Amino acid sequence: MYEILEKKTLSENVKLMRIHAPLVAEKAKAGQFVMLRIDEKGERIPLTIADYDRKKGTVTIIFMEVGKTTKQLGTMEAGDKILNFVGPLGQPSEIEKFGTVVMVGGGVGIAPLYPIVRELKKAGNYVISILGARNKSLLMLEEEIERFSDEIHICTDDGSKGVKGFVSDVLQKLIDAGKKIDVVWAVGPVIMMKVVSDLTRKYGIRTVVSLNPIMVDGTGMCGSCRVSVGGETKFACVDGPEFDGHLVDFDNLMLRNQRFVEEEKHACKLLERRGI
Amino acid sequence: MGVKKEKHKMPEQPPEERIHNFNEVPLGYPVEVAVEEAKRCLQCKNRPCTKGCPVEIDIPDFIKKIAEGDFDKAVEVLKTKTSLPAVCGRVCPYENQCEGQCTLLKVGEPVAIGRLERFLADYERMKGVKPPKIPESTGKKVAIIGAGPAGLTCAGDLAKMGHSVTIFEALHAPGGVLMYGIPEFRLPKEIVKSEVDYIEKLGVEIKYDIVVGKTITIEELRREYDAVFIGTGAGLPRFLNIPGENLNGVYSANEFLTRVNMMKAYLFPEYDTPIKIGKTVATFGAGNVAMDCARTALRLGAKKSLIIYRRSEKEMPARAEEIEHAKEEGIEFKLLTNPVEFIGDEKGVLKAVKCIKMKLGEPDETGRCRPVPIPGSEFTLDIDTALIAIGQSPNPLISQTMKNLKVGKHGNIVTDENGRTNIPGVFAGGDIATGAATVILAMGAGKRAARAIDEYLKSK
Ligand SMILES: Cc1cc2nc3c(=O)[nH]c(=O)nc-3n(C[C@H](O)[C@H](O)[C@H](O)COP(=O)(O)OP(=O)(O)OC[C@H]3O[C@@H](n4cnc5c(N)ncnc54)[C@H](O)[C@@H]3O)c2cc1C
Ligand SMILES: Cc1cc2nc3c(=O)[nH]c(=O)nc-3n(C[C@H](O)[C@H](O)[C@H](O)COP(=O)(O)OP(=O)(O)OC[C@H]3O[C@@H](n4cnc5c(N)ncnc54)[C@H](O)[C@@H]3O)c2cc1C
Ligand code: SF4
Ligand code: SF4
Ligand code: FES
Repeated sequence: MYEILEKKTLSENVKLMRIHAPLVAEKAKAGQFVMLRIDEKGERIPLTIADYDRKKGTVTIIFMEVGKTTKQLGTMEAGDKILNFVGPLGQPSEIEKFGTVVMVGGGVGIAPLYPIVRELKKAGNYVISILGARNKSLLMLEEEIERFSDEIHICTDDGSKGVKGFVSDVLQKLIDAGKKIDVVWAVGPVIMMKVVSDLTRKYGIRTVVSLNPIMVDGTGMCGSCRVSVGGETKFACVDGPEFDGHLVDFDNLMLRNQRFVEEEKHACKLLERRGI
Repeated sequence: MGVKKEKHKMPEQPPEERIHNFNEVPLGYPVEVAVEEAKRCLQCKNRPCTKGCPVEIDIPDFIKKIAEGDFDKAVEVLKTKTSLPAVCGRVCPYENQCEGQCTLLKVGEPVAIGRLERFLADYERMKGVKPPKIPESTGKKVAIIGAGPAGLTCAGDLAKMGHSVTIFEALHAPGGVLMYGIPEFRLPKEIVKSEVDYIEKLGVEIKYDIVVGKTITIEELRREYDAVFIGTGAGLPRFLNIPGENLNGVYSANEFLTRVNMMKAYLFPEYDTPIKIGKTVATFGAGNVAMDCARTALRLGAKKSLIIYRRSEKEMPARAEEIEHAKEEGIEFKLLTNPVEFIGDEKGVLKAVKCIKMKLGEPDETGRCRPVPIPGSEFTLDIDTALIAIGQSPNPLISQTMKNLKVGKHGNIVTDENGRTNIPGVFAGGDIATGAATVILAMGAGKRAARAIDEYLKSK
């Protein structure tokens, strides 16, 4: 059992939790994730390691309540315990001195972006962060990310904070302004990662994306998380979750993420009936 | 007095009933039948059956005790050699092993060794398992990676020798394939649990949620433990590598069975993990895994469940009993047929599979006839779900994170017959060493490795 030590509400449906999981904290690196299962009847779901504290033995997760499991998790409080919490899984981000890196985070993708921003800054990069969300209340971790960024740009779809527009618009402006960009990281909704990758492909800027296919075990055993990268089938849980955005078949990923929509809706309805 | 030529039949759930539930299919021998069956045994002096058993169970001895009605003693004999009798009595391919060597085969059917083993294990469980004697501690510590049959057996044996044993398991449940692969109707999970309980009562500790190579490295384990056994299995699913394989509706056997068995998707929405099953389900492959998939699909409500296999019936690798059960349940077999492409609709959902007819050619290196496609024989079948059950490879995680460990060309860890790897103090066995095989071979490997580990610990 893994105790929730702290819970914070970041925005209406985005929560942060600090979990006691010393073994995971000990090995965690930016870009990796955990699989958790709330209780005996629960589903195993992947969540990115948003932060970790090796000394205190804690791992931070930040999640958006989108369905049964994340909603149920959102009702849990400090002191409650999660049945299973395994990690760190997947390959860590490639942290090097690249030169200038642009870090694009969309919505709940901002959370997993944060430790990568921090590590890339520590590695001596010039870090430009672009954070975007549908509206102001869905933005998060701006201060934390700003602390490790040389420049930060904020945008919202509705203009409620920062410039009005999409993260890709901001990136386009940077490119147009002649900024020399060595690597772009894009973490967020699949469609955002696709748009960013399509944009940078034109300019030949290397782009790393973090994929979020449906997972079951998270250890390479089931193939549920398979994604097509450069025409080859890869398992995101062991080969990823980060891949070269120019090679990913995003359309297939979007379709595969729809595999259980009806069942997910049904499970959510039942949860609502229980008043959660 | 002549011996009855056939095995005594085991009562079973009738097919039309069982395809609507997940309860076990064979119901086990009643006491009188077990005793009668045991009496068929000739007590051969040269004990050929014993040689057919990878864990060398003293078959004539336990059968004799059943014939005498001394079931407690029979259990004792059985348990000196196997720690998972209820499992083997259900899933062992005994027709090729112990029963395949039985003298009675010369005149008819062999003694039903597997069924008798199952009878005893069930008898013991009903009665309440006697807590095992825990020997004096040797003070030596062994780490076991993976709680599948290989790891559990190795752990049980080492504990019986007085060593302190900890198992590190990646998933949240023990049993490996016994838990996530083999379905409830063939191997009830309660049985796996009670066999695991017994091993825990021997003092073995199981730590879950630990992916060795990620959460903790083998090097770290080696620092803390006197020896390490790797029993991580062959969990990596193989795909057909044909167009359309990533369409929605195409699952690996592992994903399908894990969702249903370990995550209990057949009880969705009471359990959170979903599964979707169409009207027509095609399973590709013809081993035990394929039979499990096809039969599970029926129980989840498929109207039609097909097995598509590129060779002929003779080459099907599944246990005879599984094939028979599948046929009784109305599974359709499309043999000498190979898929070439999955076809989807505009939403990326599987709707058909294009196949080609095959014929058998020359035998290949495994001695089985190589199937060759018949040009121009392509045809399309409408299906909603495809389950790929064409085999698993050893999981590469451990070898990737332990560079100096010797690995064979299929990713299997190379060991000698006693499970020694090229690194002193590091042992391996089961599917990770042999490639996907059987429960009993994995247990045999765990057993031999336990002996080798014991020797190694004593020599240190
Ligand atoms: C490597 C990785 C890292 C992730 N990191 C984060 C994170 O840091 N914060 C965050 O909010 N979300 C993250 N996600 C997404 C998160 O796993 C899903 O939102 C969550 O599983 C939804 O479960 P649910 O039961 O609440 O919703 P459901 O109603 O079941 O599903 C809602 C959506 O989540 C997807 N989903 C459902 N089950 C799974 C599953 N088992 N695995 C993956 N996706 C699933 C569905 O495709 C659907 O789009 C990550 C996903 C992956 C693969
Ligand atoms: C569907 C199906 C049906 C089958 N039917 C039969 C049958 O009827 N009869 C028969 O004899 N055989 C059958 N088999 C084969 C048999 O189950 C296997 O040969 C046997 O389970 C192998 O045992 P093992 O201990 O080597 O590995 P596994 O059973 O695969 O167990 C390995 C364990 O190690 C864990 N693990 C893996 N990597 C790590 C890691 N890095 N860190 C920690 N833990 C890890 C896994 O989670 C798993 O629990 C079947 C297999 C399948 C898939
Ligand atoms: S373990 Fe398997 S091979 Fe050995 S006696 Fe039992 S059924 Fe036969
Ligand atoms: S070979 Fe058959 S008949 Fe002979 S001892 Fe073994 S089980 Fe009995
Ligand atoms: S989640 Fe099962 S293989 Fe990746």
